[in-house]
Amino acid sequence: MDFDLTEEQSILKDSIERLLADNYGFEQRKKYMASPEGWSAEMWRSYAEMGLMALPFAEADGGIGGGPVETMIVMEALGCALALEPYLPTVVLGGGFLRLGGSAAQKAEFIPGIVGGSRKLAFAQAERHSRYDLHHVETTARRDGSAYVLSGAKGVVLHGDSADTLVVTARTAGGTRDEGGIGVFLVDANAAGVSRQGYVMQDGLRAAEILLDGVRVGTDAVLGDPEGGLSLVRRVVDQAIAALAAEAVGVMSAMHALTLDYIKVRKQFGVPIGAFQVLQHKAVDIYVALEQARSITLYATMMADSDDAAERQRAMHAAKVEIGRGGRLAGENAIQLHGGVGMTMEYAIGHYFKRMTMIDLTFGDHDHHLRALGEAGSLFAA
Amino acid sequence: MDLRFTQEEIAFREEVRAFFRDNVPEATRQKLLDGEMVTKEEYVAWTRILDARGWGAPHWPVEYGGTGWGPMKQYIFLEELQRYPAPQPLAFGVNMVGPVIYTFGNAAQKARFLPRILNLDDWWCQGFSEPGAGSDLASLKTRAVRDGDHYVVNGQKTWTTLAQYADWIFCLVRTDPEAKKQEGISFLLIDMKTPGIEVRPIVTMDGGREINEVFLTDVRVPVENRVGEENRGWDYAKFLLGNERTNIARVGMSKQRIARIRELAAREMSGGRPLIEDPRFREKIAAVEVELKALEMTQLRVVAADARRGNTGRPDPASSYLKIKGSEIQQATTHLLMEVMGPYAMPYQPEADDFSNEPPIGPGYGSHAAPSYFNNRKVSIYGGSNEIQKNIIAKAVLGL
Repeated sequence: MDFDLTEEQSILKDSIERLLADNYGFEQRKKYMASPEGWSAEMWRSYAEMGLMALPFAEADGGIGGGPVETMIVMEALGCALALEPYLPTVVLGGGFLRLGGSAAQKAEFIPGIVGGSRKLAFAQAERHSRYDLHHVETTARRDGSAYVLSGAKGVVLHGDSADTLVVTARTAGGTRDEGGIGVFLVDANAAGVSRQGYVMQDGLRAAEILLDGVRVGTDAVLGDPEGGLSLVRRVVDQAIAALAAEAVGVMSAMHALTLDYIKVRKQFGVPIGAFQVLQHKAVDIYVALEQARSITLYATMMADSDDAAERQRAMHAAKVEIGRGGRLAGENAIQLHGGVGMTMEYAIGHYFKRMTMIDLTFGDHDHHLRALGEAGSLFAA
Repeated sequence: MDLRFTQEEIAFREEVRAFFRDNVPEATRQKLLDGEMVTKEEYVAWTRILDARGWGAPHWPVEYGGTGWGPMKQYIFLEELQRYPAPQPLAFGVNMVGPVIYTFGNAAQKARFLPRILNLDDWWCQGFSEPGAGSDLASLKTRAVRDGDHYVVNGQKTWTTLAQYADWIFCLVRTDPEAKKQEGISFLLIDMKTPGIEVRPIVTMDGGREINEVFLTDVRVPVENRVGEENRGWDYAKFLLGNERTNIARVGMSKQRIARIRELAAREMSGGRPLIEDPRFREKIAAVEVELKALEMTQLRVVAADARRGNTGRPDPASSYLKIKGSEIQQATTHLLMEVMGPYAMPYQPEADDFSNEPPIGPGYGSHAAPSYFNNRKVSIYGGSNEIQKNIIAKAVLGL
């Protein structure tokens, strides 16, 4: 049992925190958000130069050979800065599909571009009626000679507008809600038949609605088994949930710090409002929620690459339940303690609250995962 | 970063489990499973088994009878003890007064008291709270006036847990009424057989007799029974209250109770099928398990940090967080256990403890579910209420 970072991991943490402290102030973030991409291409280059894109890939594939702990360190820092860049979809999701499901040829084709910062990916999974079910896939992939023809509509694809390559789930067999018959395809985002409508989300991050209208891809575009892709999807999404949990810890730690700073300075009735016990106890509630979130995230991180799918999924359910519950509690209290100023667009705390709220709605909210955990059984071995 | 236990720790866990399996009296275990109080005789018998094995107070320094285990082994031991379940070593002795004596006491006190604590030859109780001194403990009024080689003690202590069994009481008493309230307090060890001590029971709402009032009238206490310096008692009390962080969250106990909830919910029927198959009920268990898993990780972080830098013995604000969350979870589990029993949580049958030849109303295992829920409201009140713990965190961690 060891919760310490290695020396390399500590250096990574310091480096990224310094980079973001110097370049990701709240005012700078507003500028990045107002740019055409909606995020900073310059920061993206800096991440690549720092090796953040290379982190999770094997050294043989041009990566650094990091694991879930390295991803956790990066995501927590990005959450703390409220970073807008497509790290999760490109490196954690897209990279995850390549690492866990890619052939040697696919790895050779795509990973160098990711590592270098020139290729961005997005995971086109959700559909209008799928809600949070990864196996609910209406989009079809029809076999046509040596090609597949993809047709369907994907929604709320995180950073789908700026992606160069889409990872698309599509049905090769069976009915809409069957667990079998799902394929995972690498699709050029600019291929004929792909149309994208990009937009900004509540938290300032970008997403897209994506229409696939008879998009032809070769059989070399299939990641793994064309009819058995769901287990790959679940593995990758589980790792993304662990990463999201780490981002949530970053968001919550920033909310905690901002709120403390505020109630120590803001005066009413002639004293800092942090002198009032009722507000102190709310601040403690935020602190406890943060520490609980940090703990469950460590658990999820260390389970993220477990081969025991049932145990791994229970851990991710637990993480989503805890950050959903605690994140909302922390966010709502943080706004409340800021009072009127917390309501304003120009103040940072509301933006953290919005990101926290969107994290809950990503890959299954609190209730979705609580139900799933209830079905799955105990978190504790007998 | 690595969540796995070492091979040595895994082997140790097996050793501890096997010991409990072979040595905990089955009747004692069954009482704990059913939420009943263990008798004094059962408590003493079990403690002597532990002490004979050298495990009476694992966290104590080896020179006083401890095991020399690191924080992780201590944690594993307590978790297995709670999960089996077996009675925990009596906290008033091994967790409270024992460490105060070996840290601040003199050689004669150590030699006299420590072995008897380990073997439960002396049952200790805690004389801190008074009718006018609860959360504001330092305002306590019990007076000790020096008279030659003795203190003469007058006052009243309250909420004194299991004083009816006690041979000794450790008391905070005021020795300097003129000083600032924290600076005039001393820490006395008082023999319960001393003339002038009267114990009156306080019946708790669950019907249990666990707590008492202790009246002290002209009680003569030899000065040699004062621990440490006169008027420094508040420091020792703070040490005592903040010392505990390996077990304060009671993770193992909550795990045991959740396992019990699952077991009984498989027997109780709801809507024509076992309650455990009800999705709503499963979600409620899952919600508590998530909180408990996060708390377990927090507890392990604290234990691992202690293992790395050594337990400094200093109070750690992490204790407050562990206590708040741990108590909330304990309360949630006792409520769930009552819900499992449904209508058969309602019959009040305190005699179920004493007359085993009378058949209980309903399934026997349910008779303590509601009392246990009522009784466990105490865990967010005692040892510094959860609101006091929040005050501590606000000051010590948040700098408010």
